[in-house]
Amino acid sequence: MAKASTTTANIFSFHGGIHPAENKVQSLQLPLGRPNLPNELILPLGQHIGQASRPVVAVGDYVLKGQTIAVNNGFLSSHLHAPTSGTIADIEERAIAHPSGLSDLCMVIFPDHKDQWIERTPLEDWQAKPATEILEYLANMGIVGMGGAGFPTQVKLQGAHKNALKYFIINAAECEPYITADDMLIREKTQELISGIAVLQHIVNAEQVIIGIEDNKPTAIAALNALLSEQNSSIQVAVVPTKYPSGGEKQLIQLLTGQEVPSGQYPADIGVLCQNVGTCVAVHDAIFHGQPLISRFTTLTGDALKAPQNVEVLLGTPVTHLLEYAESQPDNLHRLVMGGPMMGYTLDSAAVPIVKTSNCILAATKEELPPPAPEQACIRCGMCEQACPASLLPQQLLWFSKSQEHEKAEHYNLFDCIECGACSYVCPSSIPLVQYYRHTKSAIREAREANVKSDLAKQRFEARKARQEAEAAEKEAKRLARQKASSAKPAAKTAAPKAAQSAPSATPGISDEAKKLKVDIAIGKTKLKKAQKLLLEAQENEHLEEIKSLQLKVTEQETQLASLEDQLSKLTPAPTKAEARPAVSDELKKAKVDVALIGVKLKKLNKQLEETPDDQELKEKVAGLETDLKTAQATVEKLSTDSASSPSPAAAPKAAINDELKKLKIDAAIAKAAVKKVEKALKKAEEIQAPEVDAIRQQLKEAQQRADELDKALANPQAVDTSSAPAPSSPNADTEKKRKIDLAIAKAGIKKAEKSIALLKEQGKDDAEIEASEWPKKLAEAQEKLAALENESAPAQAVEVKAEVAAPANADADKKRKIDLAIAKASIKKAEKNIALLKEQGKDDAEIDVSEWPKKLAEAQEKLTALEPNNDNSTTEKNVEKSPEPKVAESPADLAGQIKQQKIAAALAKAQINKLTKRLDSEPEAADSIQQEIAATRQKQQDAEALLAKLTHSQESL
Amino acid sequence: MLTVLLAIGVLVLLSLIFGAILGYANVRFHVEGDPIVEQIDALLPQTQCGQCGHPGCRPYAEAIANGEAINHCPPGGQATIQALADLLDVEAIPLDGDHGEETATKVAVIREDECIGCTKCIQACPVDAILGAAKQMHTVIADECTGCDLCVEPCPVDCIDMVEVGVTAKTWSWDKPQGIAASSLNIIVTDRQSEVAH
Repeated sequence: MAKASTTTANIFSFHGGIHPAENKVQSLQLPLGRPNLPNELILPLGQHIGQASRPVVAVGDYVLKGQTIAVNNGFLSSHLHAPTSGTIADIEERAIAHPSGLSDLCMVIFPDHKDQWIERTPLEDWQAKPATEILEYLANMGIVGMGGAGFPTQVKLQGAHKNALKYFIINAAECEPYITADDMLIREKTQELISGIAVLQHIVNAEQVIIGIEDNKPTAIAALNALLSEQNSSIQVAVVPTKYPSGGEKQLIQLLTGQEVPSGQYPADIGVLCQNVGTCVAVHDAIFHGQPLISRFTTLTGDALKAPQNVEVLLGTPVTHLLEYAESQPDNLHRLVMGGPMMGYTLDSAAVPIVKTSNCILAATKEELPPPAPEQACIRCGMCEQACPASLLPQQLLWFSKSQEHEKAEHYNLFDCIECGACSYVCPSSIPLVQYYRHTKSAIREAREANVKSDLAKQRFEARKARQEAEAAEKEAKRLARQKASSAKPAAKTAAPKAAQSAPSATPGISDEAKKLKVDIAIGKTKLKKAQKLLLEAQENEHLEEIKSLQLKVTEQETQLASLEDQLSKLTPAPTKAEARPAVSDELKKAKVDVALIGVKLKKLNKQLEETPDDQELKEKVAGLETDLKTAQATVEKLSTDSASSPSPAAAPKAAINDELKKLKIDAAIAKAAVKKVEKALKKAEEIQAPEVDAIRQQLKEAQQRADELDKALANPQAVDTSSAPAPSSPNADTEKKRKIDLAIAKAGIKKAEKSIALLKEQGKDDAEIEASEWPKKLAEAQEKLAALENESAPAQAVEVKAEVAAPANADADKKRKIDLAIAKASIKKAEKNIALLKEQGKDDAEIDVSEWPKKLAEAQEKLTALEPNNDNSTTEKNVEKSPEPKVAESPADLAGQIKQQKIAAALAKAQINKLTKRLDSEPEAADSIQQEIAATRQKQQDAEALLAKLTHSQESL
Repeated sequence: MLTVLLAIGVLVLLSLIFGAILGYANVRFHVEGDPIVEQIDALLPQTQCGQCGHPGCRPYAEAIANGEAINHCPPGGQATIQALADLLDVEAIPLDGDHGEETATKVAVIREDECIGCTKCIQACPVDAILGAAKQMHTVIADECTGCDLCVEPCPVDCIDMVEVGVTAKTWSWDKPQGIAASSLNIIVTDRQSEVAH
């Protein structure tokens, strides 16, 4: 051993290591060979660690020797150059030199055998150039680490550049058996190697430059020493004893510096840079000759070759071509290995090409590399631990690998294993330890990658979820904002009833308590109605807090109303007037039943409407039923008055007149309904802030005017009737009838026009469109006609009414008063509503005062108060009929009617109880008040049933 | 008697002290949320495929934490079941076939010339791995695709294929060695005996 005689550097040692048969002599018998050009060159795009290169030439392109055919594809990537001139024949998947035997994307060049160089541009004056520029130049030249891993040189140098380097180590150890490529390179290209080292030293500027070389290469050592002493260079040559794996980067660093690279760190972290001799020569070729990395030294060895030797071979040369060149004996060839016997891998196919990292092709015979002995159980001899150059515990790692305890394996520094194979080499049980480690390493890497991917997926999933939630929240917020805008109005509305409440109390001159009570009841009813409406609205919009408070309000008002009614019934004296009545006609009975039936139907529909508030059809039905109800009630009223008044012969014509009057009243009611409808439309329009609000308001005004007119018309003849004494009847009944028919037709026209306009508005047509349609015009025409007709008919009616006999005057006046009262009440209601509406619209008090409504309200209230005293008379009579006392029941027919009435009352009470129970289920928060109501209603029902029993009893006894 | 009282007193005092310490620790080291769910979620493959019957991996993690079986995740396969079993200290059970079979990793590929640009697959993708706009061709970002399959069903023209992700030289991994050869079990007498003993 010619040990350390020429070295000036200290030599340390590393743990473990083995001494396999060297077998280096065979390939050094022949001088460096230069195989001729193969028929095709196969250049894999991923010859280095990192991203595969990106082709910059297309299939069919002619490329010159040294032309860049693929460029780096990211930071950790490299360029690729055409090793000779020729045509790009293909860019396709080809088998590559890889332990898996898999294919990868390769560029195939058909050489034209001219070997024509591209213009080479050496980096002149490199000593003056900054490091970054040289690094970029090297990157463009496609220089990668040629020791085995193929790490892009510029990246490695960049990393080293960041730290102050203490040692720049040139790895010439070449510890693996059989391989002599570096040995031959040093012998052949000593000068180039030294120049390359000089360039790299210029870049990294380390304190010491040491060439680490094993003592089994005396020729190379001698050549190096001769040249270095000749040049008086500061580069040291450190001859290390032959021991596998001293060529490992970390092991060589330890050998030369005594420092260990900490686990998980790089040599640069301790101020050391390591470069392979092949890389140094490639750097020299690039800098001084402008020659990219297109060829390398490769050892062809093995007993299956007749002429084992080192060759300088172009990258991409197929292994078959080299085997031919080295005169392989296919019969003897048992195993073809790329790399050395320790760390190399078996090639499945000889068609794979030489790449930047291929340092050896070992064509071994069966005797040379026998198949591995069968694996046996570990005997825990501990030899692997002795051999491990990384000071690991191979045995433990084996257990963990076998049992897939990846975490523990990592904990035992599995990733510090350099896969040198020393442990497997020494294992008496022939356990392929390295293969276990490799498998476990890839499994862990896969798991890590999967983890990264799943984290990314999770992140993206959560980002998507967050985005969707944000979108939903935004929508919800918008919806809420809209809802708030609409619910702010009902809140304003609640203020209105208060004003209304104070109004009647302010009216002076009412001494009678009953009157006041009645007014209170009316107001209470209005309030209740309003509150119920609000409640419905709130339920529709799902405003929970509001629903609660509104429910409370509703129940409060209901109880208030009940108490008021109770008081009223107490106050009003029980009917004592036992008027002799004629037998109640069947007609009356029938009418009453009709009223009840319609009422029930209406209730049902209303309930349905509550459930489906948007059903237009239902609303229309309800409206229709309401009119029916009114008609029926009017009939009942009329009939009852008829029956109340003595059936005189003069009653016949009077009845006819009554019919006309009734019609007029119905018309008035319809007009009012229209007003209400328009008001509703207005409200809706305001809610959605439609542009046609003003138009609707205008319409509302018109409709109200018309309704007022009708009211007036209705009141007029009766006023005349009451004021003037009985007069002779007029004969002109026919003309009167005709006029009335005209009147009805005109009214129908108005109604139709209004409906059409409302429809148009609902459809979202704007004012202009509505104006353009014929309806407003028609409406105006019809209204005009109506006004004219009414003017005509009013006096006529008056005359007719005057002509009536005096007999039923009493009843008529009573009825008229009642109607007036109702009208006045309705007016008050309307005025209140309008005021509330104005308030909702945010108009301040001044504006409201300016508008006609307060005035109208006052007027209506005045009217009401004026009418109330008159009404007292009628209440007594009404009470006769409505009174539950069966005292007055004298005739069987009367009794039957009363029985029926009581039955209806009982049924109604029952229905109400049912409804309340249902509500109790749906609104458990208002349970108490509902319970109270139920109790009250039950009481009512019981009363009605008791009365019914009494009545039936008396009927039976009769 | 005094000793008994003293002993009781001391014990009461100690229990009060420790109770106070525990109470303080409960407040001081309070953990928000259920940490086990996080751990389970970290083991799940995050394909968000819904094959387990939950809308995403996290809901399934929550369900597992609440006692659902750990074998409802076909994309994770046996490896995930093993990891969950280790974490939760339960027995590793085979994958429940009702939720699907463990298949090789797949990635969705849109046959782009057939795509009509309906955006249905984009809406279905749980990880936003599909690019495209209405009436524009869509394409899958292969790196982001988890192979969850959810985009295939909504496609009205069936132009999405689930393509198995093949092994490349980069993703290839070394095989696990065969293990102790059967022939070598006969070498040592005690090995044979142990076999008999079984």
